[in-house]
Amino acid sequence: MFSQLLEIFTSVAFYAAVIRLTAPLLLSAMGGLVAERSGIITFGMEGMMLMGAIGAAVGSYYTQSVLGGLVFAMLAGMFLAFLYGIMCVTVGANQVVSAVALNLGALGLSSTIFALVFSNKALGVVTEVVSVPSMRPVKIPLLGDIPILGDILFNQLPLVYIAFLAVPAVWFVLYRTTIGLKIRSVGEHPHAADTVGISVVRVRYLSVLFTGLMAGLAGALLSIGMLNTFQENMSAGRGFIAYTAIVFGKWEPFGILLGTLLFGLADAIQLRIQALNLPIPYQFWVAFPYIVTLLALVLFVGKATWPAASGQPFKRESK
Amino acid sequence: MESLLRLEKICKTFPGVVANDHVDLEILPGEIHALLGENGAGKTTLMNCVYGVYRPDSGTIYWKGRPVEIHQARDAIALGIGMVHQHFMLVPPLTVAENIILGLPSPREPLLDLKSASRQIRELAQSYGLPIEPDVPVWQLPVGVQQRVEILKALYRQAELLILDEPTAVLTPGEVEELFKVLRAFKEKGLSIIFISHKLEEVMTISDRITVMRAGKVVDTLPASRTNPRELARMMVGREVFLHIEKPPCTPGEVVLELENVRAQSDRDLPALKGISLQVRAGEIVGIAGVDGNGQTELAEVIAGLRRVTEGRIRVLGKDITNCMPKDIIDLGVAFVPPDRQHMGLLLDFTVSENLIGKSFDRPPFSRYGFLQRRFIENFCDGAIRSCDIRTPHAQVPVKLLSGGNQQKVVLARELSLQPKLLVASQPTRGLDVGATEYIRRQMVEARSAGTAILLISTELDEVLSLSDRIAVIYEGEIMGIMSAAEADLQEIGLLMAGSRAHVATGTPQTA
Repeated sequence: MFSQLLEIFTSVAFYAAVIRLTAPLLLSAMGGLVAERSGIITFGMEGMMLMGAIGAAVGSYYTQSVLGGLVFAMLAGMFLAFLYGIMCVTVGANQVVSAVALNLGALGLSSTIFALVFSNKALGVVTEVVSVPSMRPVKIPLLGDIPILGDILFNQLPLVYIAFLAVPAVWFVLYRTTIGLKIRSVGEHPHAADTVGISVVRVRYLSVLFTGLMAGLAGALLSIGMLNTFQENMSAGRGFIAYTAIVFGKWEPFGILLGTLLFGLADAIQLRIQALNLPIPYQFWVAFPYIVTLLALVLFVGKATWPAASGQPFKRESK
Repeated sequence: MESLLRLEKICKTFPGVVANDHVDLEILPGEIHALLGENGAGKTTLMNCVYGVYRPDSGTIYWKGRPVEIHQARDAIALGIGMVHQHFMLVPPLTVAENIILGLPSPREPLLDLKSASRQIRELAQSYGLPIEPDVPVWQLPVGVQQRVEILKALYRQAELLILDEPTAVLTPGEVEELFKVLRAFKEKGLSIIFISHKLEEVMTISDRITVMRAGKVVDTLPASRTNPRELARMMVGREVFLHIEKPPCTPGEVVLELENVRAQSDRDLPALKGISLQVRAGEIVGIAGVDGNGQTELAEVIAGLRRVTEGRIRVLGKDITNCMPKDIIDLGVAFVPPDRQHMGLLLDFTVSENLIGKSFDRPPFSRYGFLQRRFIENFCDGAIRSCDIRTPHAQVPVKLLSGGNQQKVVLARELSLQPKLLVASQPTRGLDVGATEYIRRQMVEARSAGTAILLISTELDEVLSLSDRIAVIYEGEIMGIMSAAEADLQEIGLLMAGSRAHVATGTPQTA
């Protein structure tokens, strides 16, 4: 068994898998971070990701192009994000409860759309194996030829590159641009932002829509990136893990990168070890990344420091 | 002279309250205009209408003679109106420079240009004599400096009219003088200032003209040179006010509360109390003076058992209560009026009656064998409502529907009904009108004369001076000095509040 493990941990494919499995978490978490910093709890990323996954499959099927799939995925994610925006920005409802409702709704909606689009009309269930156009890895010239590293980092799906590039990009926007300053101020002290003429409502809507866009892309990475089809509940809690990564990373882009890498690693480990047929029920290994998530939060994070206005609806005339 | 700002018949109502009732106000260029009134008189609401935070229900605002519509803060800023709110509108984790440029377009849009902003801020600060460090996060700055940041924020936006809402509430007497100097310099440069306050002496010192408001209406506008504090007080309250409370001489008894080198951490886990030693005897009021945020909250909480003591001992009547459960401390006869009645002092959704028995409901005669004794409780509450003059239709009204003053009377009635040996009163009159303040203060003096030991923690220096038998000044979690009220000197207290021990008279600490 030891030699088998050694084989896993010395294989290039394993580390390429870590990077690949990290990417959807990272895409979603980078989107979520922006809304989080504007004071919105992004517990709804799970549903947005699922909508992205079905959107990508449907779009790719109808347009017969990956690009079409991506556009649909972003729109689907943003659709759910917009509903979420209405609930927690305009209505001022409890954000966690709204997010739970939307996540459950997305679970049903995505399965329904899948059945409507792909089912055998007579039976009402999907009987054939559905296969839609999907992404292919793109090898980066020169960098991709570096031994070992090239295969791990630079021979990946295009969305994987985007996920990792999003980290410095989001950092730059948050800390070096005027819109970033607005986002941060709205998340910490919306009334102060309001008194200098910043529209709290607009900043929060835009931030949430960005989350939907990114989580939608993360979903696309699952359905038309790693596979070429949709499966019911295929996000399987990754939206929640992305949320956990935000907390783990203390709302800082590079901290979140570390968090998602940790969870990507755990995911890659469980996939490989499952294949070893050890005398441990496979369910344990399926649960493994979630156990790591829990332990990481308990052991390493300590007291979380949230954006001060996190989860609080903004009402101007409330004293 | 043409007015800079003129308000005509401004009305603003909130559900159930008329905050502004046909208010007229005129501000001239280059004048310091005080807006004087009690809490709830409508001063802040009126200014929030001018600044676009609220929209008036009716009435017109004229700016330099032209009627203007101010829908949001952005409009007010564009006209040249700046406002320093009582609760600062600063984002704590952001730096001074980030706070000042927040919401303004950058010369290198969409990129921030903090470097040139910092330079401009430094220059601006220098030209007004307000030194500032632009790259420090705001939360690290003392309150006085944060206020400076707020003022600079307005000046950076080229304000011609600066509205200051209760600017001195958070300052030491020395800082107040600094502020006044700065305000006079602004006036020289042609800026107009609206100075909101309920402190008579201050208003007399700084302003050219004074507008007094009461219950949402303007009582009168008059030049400061032609009035006096007494007249202003009468206009403000609507009746003759006795600013002084009669107090029989103090006859201190045994030591009730004793703190010995007490240390504790704040919520941010920074040292908040750094070795406090203090005694309070039966029948005396010991006042803790100091600027807000110097450990007062933590001091009250360690005594009430709500915060962990990391070092040192606290004794009540000789019994060690360090880190005891609050319930055990209450049972020893310690009563506590918390600084924030709405969050800590009361259960707002509970009735007056339920709040009144909040600390005694679980013992006879309030309850027997776990059953509440309705009859007894009713009688008890009716008695308390009558004797404490709590204005409520009956005892079954949710306490949140009462006015602030009556809410505080409920808290005090509950605490005093326990016949405490020690009363810790933290900010007992914060936000109350003059009538309720007078009442609460008189109740405390009565309790003290009846032999209760009272620790009064207040950031209102007037209150500490007029009620205390001994005064201790707290600064950054340390007691800077203790003196008897008779020999207290305002200037010395001011210095101690600012952390300077230079002129401390050796005094007679530990004895009354």
